[in-house]
Amino acid sequence: MDDQLLSIFEQFPNKQRDDLIPLLHKIQEEYGYLSEELIIETGKYLDISVNKIYGVATFYDNFRFGPKGKYHIRLCHGTACHVSGSGNILSELEKQLHIRNGETDKNGVFSLEVVSCIGACGLAPLIEINDEYYTQLTSDSLQKIIQQYRENHSNIYEN
Amino acid sequence: MKISDSQDIKKFLIHQVLHNPKDELSNDELKIISYISKERVSKPMIYVGTTTCGIAAGADKTYEAIKTYIKESQLDIDLIKGGCVGYCKAEPLVDIQLPGKARISFQHVTHDKAAELLDEVLNNNIPDDQVLAQYYNDIHQLWEDVPYWHEMPFFAHQKKLLTVNCGITNPVSVEEYIARGGYKAFTQTITQYTPEEVCQIIEDSQLAGRGGGAYIAGKKWSIALNTINDQKYFVCNAVESDPGSYMNRVMMESDPHRIIESLLIASYATGSTKAFIFTRNEFSVALQRLHAALEQAEAYGIIGHNIFDSGVNIHITIKAGARAFVCGEETALNNSIEGKRAMPVSKPPYPAKKGLWNKPTVVNNLETLINVPLILKNGPQWFKQTGHNNSFGTKLFTLSGKINNYGTIEVEMGTSFRDIIEKIGEGMKGGAEFKAIILGINSGSYVTPKALDTTVDFESLKKIGSQLGSGACVVVDSSSCMLDLARFFTNFFKNESCGKCIPCREGTALMLEIINAATQKPAKDNSFQTLERFKGIMQLKSMAKVMKDTSLCSLGKSAPNAILNTLANFKSEFDSHVFERKCPAGVCRDLRTYTIDVDLCTGCTACFKKCPVDAIIGTARQPHFIVQDKCIACNACFEACKFNAVIVE
Repeated sequence: MDDQLLSIFEQFPNKQRDDLIPLLHKIQEEYGYLSEELIIETGKYLDISVNKIYGVATFYDNFRFGPKGKYHIRLCHGTACHVSGSGNILSELEKQLHIRNGETDKNGVFSLEVVSCIGACGLAPLIEINDEYYTQLTSDSLQKIIQQYRENHSNIYEN
Repeated sequence: MKISDSQDIKKFLIHQVLHNPKDELSNDELKIISYISKERVSKPMIYVGTTTCGIAAGADKTYEAIKTYIKESQLDIDLIKGGCVGYCKAEPLVDIQLPGKARISFQHVTHDKAAELLDEVLNNNIPDDQVLAQYYNDIHQLWEDVPYWHEMPFFAHQKKLLTVNCGITNPVSVEEYIARGGYKAFTQTITQYTPEEVCQIIEDSQLAGRGGGAYIAGKKWSIALNTINDQKYFVCNAVESDPGSYMNRVMMESDPHRIIESLLIASYATGSTKAFIFTRNEFSVALQRLHAALEQAEAYGIIGHNIFDSGVNIHITIKAGARAFVCGEETALNNSIEGKRAMPVSKPPYPAKKGLWNKPTVVNNLETLINVPLILKNGPQWFKQTGHNNSFGTKLFTLSGKINNYGTIEVEMGTSFRDIIEKIGEGMKGGAEFKAIILGINSGSYVTPKALDTTVDFESLKKIGSQLGSGACVVVDSSSCMLDLARFFTNFFKNESCGKCIPCREGTALMLEIINAATQKPAKDNSFQTLERFKGIMQLKSMAKVMKDTSLCSLGKSAPNAILNTLANFKSEFDSHVFERKCPAGVCRDLRTYTIDVDLCTGCTACFKKCPVDAIIGTARQPHFIVQDKCIACNACFEACKFNAVIVE
């Protein structure tokens, strides 16, 4: 077990069942996702069976079991966004990135997550890429944004 | 009296304001309070609305730009990260208050415009294109030719009781909250009333739960109070997972102290020593501000052990849930707090008798709770003066969709939906035709043009077969297909069903299949499929009845509402989808037919190259043709054509 994980565990000295979800949140914040090893370690620490932890973690939409892409795209698909055409934005994204909701592309550059409401309904439809918001999207503006991220990525790669 | 540092302010606020037995304060004291509450300022104050909606519009960058400006110009200016006044349309919003002058707001202040704006305003000039409004106040010199906030249509028809501080005060300043009358209700409650009396006052006020059930809050509290147990809990439900509503989040981000005060009173009234605020992990700004507010309240001795020597102990913990719609159900929420899967359990026993860790637990919606300090401060009779038709108080809505003004609004119960659309919302976007208001997914109910004069209260909405719902108020125009929306809702319920009880788990999946059959093109369009399609629609009502009667929790019970209400209110749309296989709004992609206008087609082969299924035939420089049987209606040819020769029907 590495020090990072140990320091997370130390924040939960009571080892109670109700610590499970906050603990998983902390782990995901640090590591990006919940790997098998991390879940096993959590089980040992809290004295809960690994099956039960998987049972809880897979129930909630927040937890991921695979790594995120370098650019994590969150698409808002709430009612207001749906009315403003986020369905088209989703199919456009899937077409451009060749991935579906919850997936990461082969190179680990982009990952896509559809969330039910970001809470900026006035600016619908919108996406969030690594804490950067892009609002009132159209197919064209979306294409440009994705293209820009692709270029950014290949520039870093070349240098 | 001299006030120089934060310790003096603390002493002053606790002894002269919170524990002052006399109601009237001296002029000197009032003046000090007005400086603490920032009604008067001794140096310029800049207030940037940085809630999630503002941040999405770029408020964070504006804040940073202003910070750099202040640093570079070496001016003595107070810069505050503030809350949301509700007027999302104008974001990023920046308020500036110069000493002696009225507070003035500027709209759409993006980071590149910030420095220029400050240059002007600090020299007493106001740029006409960015100025929005000013706050009326008789102690200040007013700006000339600037409209007042309270006279703007968006605000003139609202009644602000719960959101008075939102977008005005610093959310993480306990001093400002107390100086504006906060925590006074709580201190009075624990010194003057017994828990039984508080429950009685809340019951007398007829405060009804805003979460959907409209259960009288005071009754729930009394049940918990009268259940004998060594440990009781109080939970504030701030999960708000209905897509399209974010009033609770705005409250947490803009006025977290109000939530804490409400929770303290409620915990005292029910004899709970431990309280939880249960919200979502994604609300990072809200979580940060709630934690900061809790720390401040603890430092003031308002929370914790033996509060103000009264012998009352209340501890508040913030719990961040991991996203599941069913968490809004109180028993599922309790399971989630315990660290289990958020699955509801059958009631009774009700949580008020047996909830968290089998102890009596009261779960109240955040919006219900924040009424409590007002009721205790002004009495139940005062509360009953606002409202209509046995629904008292105000209601928060998140107004969004195809409407001119959008944001968080607070209206008196009894306001008509027509007023919300026409007066507060200032009409439909682009003058489009109004089609419906969607009152949140969890109620699945609509307000149709015919029922637009219905008022916002529990009884009137029941009459038109609707519920108040979560507070989402999404306005749609004729460009939206109601079947597509019903499909969207059903799909949402199918994904969010926890899977515990069969009617909900299987019912939502079946319903989605039925509605999909109506809105999508089957793989083989033969007579059997057509028969299945009709059969599905015929059975919808009886299936919905089974789901409503037998589902374990309100998620399954309300899942069929969207389809049933569409069937009842928009039958003609159902007919055209099922019989004519046409979508009148042109939203259901599968039902569109694509043809090529022979006269306009130049034979450029652009569409031919783009078609992913080779459904287009033709040779270069000759008009092309689309084979309908092969076409998957992907819209690629329409986008590719430069001559408008592709016709969509």
